[in-house]
Amino acid sequence: MTAADKPEVWQPSPIEQQRAAYRLRQRRRSFVVATVSTIVVLAVVVIVLVTSPGWDRFQSTFFSPHEAGVAFPMVLRGLWTNIEVMLVCGVAIAVWSLVLAVLRTLRGPVFFPLRAFAVVYVDLFRGLPLLLVVFLLGLGVPALQLSGLPTDPLFWGGLALTLSYSANVAEVLRAGIESVHPSQRAAARSLGLSYAATLRFVVLPQAVRRVMPALMNDLISLEKDSALLAAIGVVDALRQAQIRQSLSFNFTAYVVAGVLFICLTIPMARFTDWYARRRGFQGVGGQL
Amino acid sequence: MNVLSLRGIRKSFGAHVVLRDVSLEVAEGECVVLIGASGSGKSTLLRCVNLLEVVDDGVVELDGQDITDPRVNADEVRSRMGMVFQSYNLFPHLSVLQNITLAPVRVHKVARAEATEWARAALERVGLADKANARPDDLSGGQQQRVAIARAMVNSPRLLLLDEVTSALDPELVGEVLDLLQGLREDGMTMILNTHEMGFARSVADEVCFLSDGVILERGPAQQVLGAPQEERTQRFLSRLLH
Ligand SMILES: Nc1ncnc2c1ncn2[C@@H]1O[C@H](COP(=O)(O)OP(=O)(O)OP(=O)(O)O)[C@@H](O)[C@H]1O
Ligand SMILES: [Mg+2]
Repeated sequence: MTAADKPEVWQPSPIEQQRAAYRLRQRRRSFVVATVSTIVVLAVVVIVLVTSPGWDRFQSTFFSPHEAGVAFPMVLRGLWTNIEVMLVCGVAIAVWSLVLAVLRTLRGPVFFPLRAFAVVYVDLFRGLPLLLVVFLLGLGVPALQLSGLPTDPLFWGGLALTLSYSANVAEVLRAGIESVHPSQRAAARSLGLSYAATLRFVVLPQAVRRVMPALMNDLISLEKDSALLAAIGVVDALRQAQIRQSLSFNFTAYVVAGVLFICLTIPMARFTDWYARRRGFQGVGGQL
Repeated sequence: MNVLSLRGIRKSFGAHVVLRDVSLEVAEGECVVLIGASGSGKSTLLRCVNLLEVVDDGVVELDGQDITDPRVNADEVRSRMGMVFQSYNLFPHLSVLQNITLAPVRVHKVARAEATEWARAALERVGLADKANARPDDLSGGQQQRVAIARAMVNSPRLLLLDEVTSALDPELVGEVLDLLQGLREDGMTMILNTHEMGFARSVADEVCFLSDGVILERGPAQQVLGAPQEERTQRFLSRLLH
């Protein structure tokens, strides 16, 4: 242990104290400015809304407390389906998109068929509107009445989400893989790591870290898009809201569903932010 | 007047105090060489001068102006210095010429034609006139380092900070960079540089400072500090390097 590591008492010099005081004042001032401007903006929005001519009618059809109380348990039950879809499809997408991304980055003529398959697959599923894939698989395949295939719309809807999302996510992963500098591969190969081991232990960890914000973004989209399965009869949060609305002719159930979806996505968004700020996230680069 | 003066610089990372109390004066046209063990804080000191790190205490003055004052515009201060990094840090998406013209055009608002002229002169100076349109990745280490030096000096900075500019180079290339720095010094450029190369230190330094335990333990002309060090720790550091 060197002398510099020893704990010691350090008194900031007067000039440092002045600088610290100045920085504190600046921070306080920014805080006050931010608070005041937020309050002003919110106040203006509320006043415009509440004084608008249709406010009372609007409030009773979209924000009825009674309706919200009735709809909440139903929608919440439906939301569980969305969460299940998100989790199961999330894992399936992670695996399948990784396979696609790796196939696309394989070099050498031997792998041409695999590479070509990945390219065609991605082109196809990235081009098709998601709702169309959901209809094709969720309504089309059961209509074939092939024996031995599941008929549950949840299964086919989930498959549609997985196939479509994998195409997008594979492209994100590929961008990450290709952004890892060739010198990293060279260093790994020089240690005797095989192509696969280099990919697994050196390239992919860096690639995935780099594209993590984009991947989290896709996960949040997946959570929202799971509501598309309502279109083929899966009883999720949106479908439950629809059912309730058709009985009460009041739109509050939709608002409840919307609020619940937002409550799910906000923690995920904050987690993404936190993850992105973590030390060491920036991946490789030079030294400073 | 001194171009740079440091008084009582302190910098720590968490509980680890890297610089405890560093004071240093650099006169116009002087070349100061910092030596010290790996991890002794040489790079940290240069980063503090370049305002890439905020000091915990102490004052850095550039041409008499206190640049550690939180009210100064750090970008403006940095535009008056040049810094060369240990690992070059060239921008891989720009050509050699664009690397050099970026700051003149975007920071100093020089017309592109003029900036290009400056850049070509700087490249000429570092002996790479023929590489203007190459990509940094296509150059050798020594060539990249010389481009980095050209990039740092193209705006005629008041002060050049060089962080182990030779550590990644083979002896022949060290000679190349050394000649270049010697030339810059003769032109009156004020420089601070870190190095592990004592031969290099000896040939360019007006003053050598030995950094240890967060302070400058010993300083003086190169022959004195490197040839006949007074402090026991300096002696040990140097003898380990020679064997
Ligand atoms: N951003 C940082 N966070 C935490 N510790 C840091 C940081 N930067 C530097 N350090 C620590 O500060 C010390 C000094 O680092 P510095 O890079 O200045 O050393 P150096 O003298 O330049 O070494 P070398 O000769 O190897 O380049 C080291 O112990 C290092 O671990
Ligand atoms: Mg260093």
